[in-house]
Amino acid sequence: MIGLARIKGITLFCAMALVFISTANAFAQTYKVAVSQIVEHPALDATRQGLLDGLKAKGFEEGKNLEFSYQTAQGNPAIAVQIAKQFVGEKPDVLVGIATPTAQALAASTRTIPVIFTAVTDPLGAKLVKNLEHPTGNVTGLSDLSPVAQHVDLMQELVPDLKAIGVVYNPGEANAVSQIELLKSSAKAKNIQIVEATALKSADVQGAARIIASKVQVMYALVDNTIATAIDALVGVSNQAKIPVVGGSTSFTASGAVASLGFDYYQVGVQTADYVEAVLKGKAISEIPVSFAKGSDLFLNLEAAEKLGLTLPDAMIKRATNLKK
Amino acid sequence: MSLFAFLGTLEIGLIYGLVALGVYLTFRILDFPDLTVDGSFPMGGAVAATAIVAGINPWLATILATFAGSCCGLITAFLAVRCGILHLLASILTMIAAFSINIRIMGRPNMALLGEPTIFTPFENLGLDQLHVHLGIVFLLVFFLSVFIIRLLSSDFGLGLRATGVNDRMVAAQGGNIGFYTYFGLALSNGLVGFAGALFAQSNSFADVTSGVGTIVVGLAAVILGQTLLSSPKIWVSVVAVIVGSILYRLAVAFALSTGMFGMQASDLNFITAVLVAIALVIPKMKAKIRLKSVRN
Repeated sequence: MIGLARIKGITLFCAMALVFISTANAFAQTYKVAVSQIVEHPALDATRQGLLDGLKAKGFEEGKNLEFSYQTAQGNPAIAVQIAKQFVGEKPDVLVGIATPTAQALAASTRTIPVIFTAVTDPLGAKLVKNLEHPTGNVTGLSDLSPVAQHVDLMQELVPDLKAIGVVYNPGEANAVSQIELLKSSAKAKNIQIVEATALKSADVQGAARIIASKVQVMYALVDNTIATAIDALVGVSNQAKIPVVGGSTSFTASGAVASLGFDYYQVGVQTADYVEAVLKGKAISEIPVSFAKGSDLFLNLEAAEKLGLTLPDAMIKRATNLKK
Repeated sequence: MSLFAFLGTLEIGLIYGLVALGVYLTFRILDFPDLTVDGSFPMGGAVAATAIVAGINPWLATILATFAGSCCGLITAFLAVRCGILHLLASILTMIAAFSINIRIMGRPNMALLGEPTIFTPFENLGLDQLHVHLGIVFLLVFFLSVFIIRLLSSDFGLGLRATGVNDRMVAAQGGNIGFYTYFGLALSNGLVGFAGALFAQSNSFADVTSGVGTIVVGLAAVILGQTLLSSPKIWVSVVAVIVGSILYRLAVAFALSTGMFGMQASDLNFITAVLVAIALVIPKMKAKIRLKSVRN
């Protein structure tokens, strides 16, 4: 019995030593992660920061065992393509594409280096993967599909007799168009009318909002790069029309949206780090299914609600993860 | 810069060389400041992508894209010649309208071609390296189109086209039809740009409506950069120069992308590109001055 225990002990020791040696080896290696981002704005920047911090928490630290290169295309797809070529030439261990065109440019430039996408609303529509559960090529990642149906519920809770929702979006953004389609189908099921206006540039948002503000009872700010840049203009017009703004990104609450339900993009980045880690540890892409970002938070702005003479339901206030008074 | 990045940069430079050629035809040859290219470039991509996804042969899709680009040019010419709208404004009107049309064509703002057949696919299936195939085909296409443009501009018809830009009254006095030359020039220019858009979409597997933003800026920069470095009254030198200019512009961007080690951050990209292009423009002048001084001394 003693012998057996001793053998067990030795085996355990050997196993621990092996694990230790292999991790020590793993740490001696430097991993190269290259990140290409379409444009710089708070949500996407937060995603990148979340990724960097997430990797650090997993033991991949910049300057120690992680080489983290980053470029932004400044909104220009042709530059995104050049960045992709540049990165592929550097032969990193993992390529990360933040938002649709950058991820597509990376996926088109290599068929061997693993590509992880993040903050892409519709990976199937963007043809990044053919199958969400079993990606076949060298591409997988995280979708940030906004919980649009929940947003409609939230607006209905806020304005009980809801008949019309106003929405301003950029028809040039693939992410925004996917959300509009979801919005229309969820609103139709509840017999709510959607009044839309389009803005191609952030400078057009104010004018577009003015046209529809008087026809609706609530303004919906979806997750759209153009709207995110001009959220103050959208809130300003809605305040003049005395209607609340409900946002798809929690960052909108600070700008005066009464309620917002959405991802903390920093957390989206942290979740992306799981993907990068799995690839760095040698897991095959086909074994890493595409998933949807988790953890939507409810942010309320009581001060904004008070200005509009709106009383928020107690149940909503109790649910909120963040209250601005 | 790695070899892969360099070859990729050459490919993009060549594709945008066709844009530069289109801009050269309007700005330099016809003296018609045409901003339509911001709309015809993504339209080429949109038409090619939509046609390919609908199952049309990629070469045919590319030709359709070229026609779509030409149509944009014809509309600008119509607005300018027939409706008497100032050329700059006429092209702006077509450009902004094209944005909406492009979304209509694709039914969405971004259309992917990953996994779809393209003009490159048959050669890739031969087992050749993807990047070499793309670069080789793009080079051949740009070469043949350049030869075509050079021959066209050297012909009697081309003389009329060039004369329209220099002195349209003289052309009219000689019995030439200025309106026709304008229609033709704009259709040709935007056809080239639409073709470039189709190549770009197929090479990079996506068409995106935002890919038109700043096309005119890049095209103009390439024309001016190329013609400053290689200035000659000869047509063929000018055509080669604008394509070389486009490649140099892309090399400047690629170089700007690799300046991370000098403490530059990613968002400095546009600034560095601008500085590099400015330096490339100033150097030949400084050289000339130095030469002049040494001659005087």
